[in-house]
Amino acid sequence: MRTLEQTIEELLDLAARYFRLPREQLSPDDDLFEKLRIDSLQALELLGRLEQHFQIELPDYELQGVTSFRALAERIHARL
Amino acid sequence: MLELERYQSLGEALRDALERWAGYTCLIEADRERENCRLTYRQFKERALPLVSALQQQGFAPDTRAAIIMTNQSKWLISAYAIFYAGGVLVPLDYKLSPREQIGLLRHARASVLITEFPFWRALRQEAGWHELSLRLVLVTEAPPEADLGEAVRWEEFRGDGEPTFIPRRRQDVACIVYSSGTGGRPKGCVLTHENYLEQCRSLTAIYPFSPEVRYLSILPTNHAIDFMVGFIGPFVCGATVVHLRTLRPEYIREAFVRYKITHMTVVPMILKNLERGLRERFAALPRHKRALLHALMRLNRWLTRRRPNVRLSRRLFPDVHRAFGGHLEMLIVGGAFTEPSTLQFFYDLGIPVANGYGLTEACTAVTVNDLRPFRADTVGRPLPGVEVKILDPDAEGIGEVAVRGKNVMAHYLDDPELTAETIVDGWLLTGDLGWIDEMGHLHLVGRKKNMIVTEGGKNIYPEDVETFFEGLPVKEFCIFAANYLWPERRLGQEQLLLVVHPAPGEDLSEVVRQQIRERNRRLPEYKRVHGYLIWDRDFPRTASLKIKRTVLAEEIRTRRSRADVLWL
Repeated sequence: MRTLEQTIEELLDLAARYFRLPREQLSPDDDLFEKLRIDSLQALELLGRLEQHFQIELPDYELQGVTSFRALAERIHARL
Repeated sequence: MLELERYQSLGEALRDALERWAGYTCLIEADRERENCRLTYRQFKERALPLVSALQQQGFAPDTRAAIIMTNQSKWLISAYAIFYAGGVLVPLDYKLSPREQIGLLRHARASVLITEFPFWRALRQEAGWHELSLRLVLVTEAPPEADLGEAVRWEEFRGDGEPTFIPRRRQDVACIVYSSGTGGRPKGCVLTHENYLEQCRSLTAIYPFSPEVRYLSILPTNHAIDFMVGFIGPFVCGATVVHLRTLRPEYIREAFVRYKITHMTVVPMILKNLERGLRERFAALPRHKRALLHALMRLNRWLTRRRPNVRLSRRLFPDVHRAFGGHLEMLIVGGAFTEPSTLQFFYDLGIPVANGYGLTEACTAVTVNDLRPFRADTVGRPLPGVEVKILDPDAEGIGEVAVRGKNVMAHYLDDPELTAETIVDGWLLTGDLGWIDEMGHLHLVGRKKNMIVTEGGKNIYPEDVETFFEGLPVKEFCIFAANYLWPERRLGQEQLLLVVHPAPGEDLSEVVRQQIRERNRRLPEYKRVHGYLIWDRDFPRTASLKIKRTVLAEEIRTRRSRADVLWL
């Protein structure tokens, strides 16, 4: 069973790889839309990757109200 | 289709539709690759009537205001039908609003029934204002088995016995209260009558008739005026099939096109633009000779379909493109925001007609639509049958505020006679949009009333008009504002337009982009040029239909930037 901290780390690794950004530029409390420079449609594409990685289902609405990587990781963690 | 002039209410028309098309497939709900449910019109009725019985057994009286906060799914439509059947007033709310905003609107609408999904209910309950609402009944869908719902009731278990009572409504009775805005300030609850919807549906289906052969893919939320009309009322009265997809993820939209042999879909410009980008990338990867052939075929298709679309012919010219859309697509419908003419033309040249129009919640759904005979990329079409459009106080170029009159115009704003009196004057709805009407009777929109500049030469320039000249700029998104609108200055003259650019992911605003801005600017008449640009590093705020919230964006820019940040050209 992962801890929340592990989930956050894995999320940041994945986001950095997917959007080709240096991992060290991403922090848990960053605004993910601003940091990754993505819109809501691109964020949905990221959800697909996250589902594959974490082996869970993330409905579109899980992005509602999420701004930070930490908040998204919490949503993921609740479904693990 | 049903003869809508015979009906008094949406409930009555839908009730007859469920009988008339009983054996036809009515609704399919898909979630990713799964099919959650598939209902005939008869089965839809069988799901809805026990819900009506239960509502009535709980004391649901005529004119009860019932709000729905749900994503795009079958229970939305079943619940809405139950509310209409029982003579209630539907309050569709945007599930993408924050819980606080939703509570504000629930309070303003004085809703006493709420039907929502479990995650939204959970979020609402955590808000301070939740317990101050006067909700008598809360129905929650898809709650996990172990969830403690407190006083709320599981939608799936809320079933009554016996035949429910159909409550007749008259045409002038209120059908819906739809919020066109007001999340940031003064709530604008558009009070729409049964007549508004029935007449709107009648005029839209006169231009674009649906039939039982239509398979409509619904991806916009049904609280959106367009999906409510084009993805619910319209298809139902015509016996069509509605396919609800519970995700906007592109890979599943592509799959749905093929699996369900989709014939029609409504999109907002942002999604259309994304589809365009994907196709253009595929075309760019083709070998040079194939690309040249494709462009030649697009020109040929444009000529062959110059009078009207011919989708069958176009499918033969572009079999791969049409196959990617499932091979049955007849038309895309776009609405909710201004669509760039080049995007409309791109799809039309590939044999995918895009029906573009203009509407606003205050006018039910649509005011004008392009009938595609012939296709026009540069206008939002002609007024719908029974709808009058006039231009108020036109200037030397014929541009003025667009005013609308017709049976589609709302009754009033809820509890706001002052705003109503400002907005509906002598029976004409003042839209706040600016436009002009050409000799063919087509409406051209050029911008909003407030965000504009007047040049020193006395010309009125509208940012949305100038934006079209920057189409295709290799940035993620951009928007033009009048500088004085962003940072008001109490003086006239020397007014300036600013391009606000949000660079593509992972890119700074490269020199190439700067050069393109300068080049495009140089191609514009002097009075239409942008005077500077501002680099913006956040996503533009958008509505549920992905329309840019210009006033919100302007406010953000006002707060975080000043004139000193502008890079002047």
